[in-house]
Amino acid sequence: MTAARGGFRAGRLVLFAGLLGVLFLGPLMWMVTTSFKSTNEVSQAELSVIPSDPSLEGYRRILDAPQAPVGRWFVNSMLAATLQSALVLVTATMAAYALARLDFAGKKLLTGLVLATLFVPPISLLVPNFVIVSNLGWLDSRLAVIVPGAAGAFGVFFLRQFFKSLPVELEEAALIDGCGRWRIFLKVILPLSRPALATLALLTFLTNWNDFLWPLYVLFSPDNLTLQPGLSTLQSAYSTDYATIMAGGVIASVPVLFFFAISQRFVIEGVSRSGLKG
Amino acid sequence: MAETLRLAPTRVRRGLPGARGRRAGAGRANTVGLGTALVFLLPYLVLFGAFIVAPIAYGLWISLHEWDFLLPGKPFVGFDNYVELFTSGSVSSGPFWAAMRATAIFVVLSVPLLVSVPLALAVALKRRFPGRNLLRAVVFAPYVLGVAVVGLLWRYLLDPNVGVVNYYLGKLGIDPVPFTTDTPWAWLALVVPTLWWTAGYNMVIFLAGLQDIPRELYEAATIDGASPWQRFRNVTLPGLRPVMVFVVTITILASANVFGQPYLITQGQPGRETRSAIMQIGEVGLRQFNMGRASAMSMVLTLALMGISLVTLSFLRERKARR
Repeated sequence: MTAARGGFRAGRLVLFAGLLGVLFLGPLMWMVTTSFKSTNEVSQAELSVIPSDPSLEGYRRILDAPQAPVGRWFVNSMLAATLQSALVLVTATMAAYALARLDFAGKKLLTGLVLATLFVPPISLLVPNFVIVSNLGWLDSRLAVIVPGAAGAFGVFFLRQFFKSLPVELEEAALIDGCGRWRIFLKVILPLSRPALATLALLTFLTNWNDFLWPLYVLFSPDNLTLQPGLSTLQSAYSTDYATIMAGGVIASVPVLFFFAISQRFVIEGVSRSGLKG
Repeated sequence: MAETLRLAPTRVRRGLPGARGRRAGAGRANTVGLGTALVFLLPYLVLFGAFIVAPIAYGLWISLHEWDFLLPGKPFVGFDNYVELFTSGSVSSGPFWAAMRATAIFVVLSVPLLVSVPLALAVALKRRFPGRNLLRAVVFAPYVLGVAVVGLLWRYLLDPNVGVVNYYLGKLGIDPVPFTTDTPWAWLALVVPTLWWTAGYNMVIFLAGLQDIPRELYEAATIDGASPWQRFRNVTLPGLRPVMVFVVTITILASANVFGQPYLITQGQPGRETRSAIMQIGEVGLRQFNMGRASAMSMVLTLALMGISLVTLSFLRERKARR
């Protein structure tokens, strides 16, 4: 009973783990090994996971192509995702603190308004935001993929829930000690909120990193693209030259997978909190 | 999203002189003037106003015009863009409803798998065994890749001519399957990569939900002689109800907003059969710059999506009330 209770029998466990490994890592392995094949080998009738004649052709071609600066796209994505996370942290913590803790006229109405927009599908904002961003002169610029996306109400909602869970007595004690509102916010509330802030930063980063639709339409120049729209251009540029396409995919994925490998517990914990535990 | 309905528990202030026992954060200590509050709120409200509130109104306004982004004149046309959408045979209605239909098919085919497979994985990976964290990470890993890598990769794996899947099917004596170019296969080419990509995300949310089910319930059920299946039916599923409604809602919405997969893997093929609603709106509004038409389409899709959220959320409320 002890072996079966809450656990697996060893044989089944190996089978189960192997199956998951093949299903979830298999496709990735094909991407990696294909990127080291020659163009010739990719289109051969006989395929094998292991390249018969390993070659860096694909990498050379992708790194030499001026219209596909994968490294630049990576940097653009990093910058956009990092700066957007920073912007969300600053604006959402302040707003969430006011909505969670301060008492002022019109608070209920404002809270209701902000939270109601959580239910507004982003697609309804696509066309008008394109026009707004174009009027601001931000088309094809970094600002277009940083600022508008930081306006979503999720961060405020998420942090408001968290701030509400902190004991009010802390602030009251600080007030009695003569602290001002800002000092309380910066010295009492924020230090206590580090885990929540880290989670929000991570979720914002992931969302921005994965965003495809918006950057695909607001960025045009090869040098300005972020990773997702950039990589999508490889398909038309290299059609069935899969060694080159997979090399681009590998360059784009290795840093992310590395980051995920070293921080997976934190990432998984963070995502699980995006659900109900917020 | 379900969270918005669950109000934070009312907390009574106590202990301090002058406390009037009102709800948390509402006491005198935290009463501030509008000025102080505004300083805290202003940076966010600028963003919120410019990129959430303004575009909601602006989108409606645009949808009432013949709004070609590239032309100076944008004549007011009232509800013409909407009427056109609901007039069969008009320029915009055919492709739009075809795209809505494709989206609906994708939702119906993908959501059951995107919910049940992650649930099964969560139940399996909740057990204690060496290496379970590693396995969770393995299942979650594809999610961090982003839709473009997922699209390019599966486009290769499923390539009808040089793809890996057809190569192995060939070894089994099966003729090449036109995964990316013909239905019904193209649906498979959209659903399977989506499952591979996002199963880990839903699994992680289910795992968090499973942790909240009291252990004692399982122990009691085991003592009563319940089989594993009975424990799943009578303990796990009822305990997961709120999480389940949340996952089903976000999954339906995510599938209804599908864009990257058909854009990259099937490119809407065959013909326009797998072109999703978002693809159509992006094409009409931001490639052909017929923004009036595209905005009207967005509004129709938005209403459909909000209808879905309302239905699932009312389902949640009803269940809560019954308890």
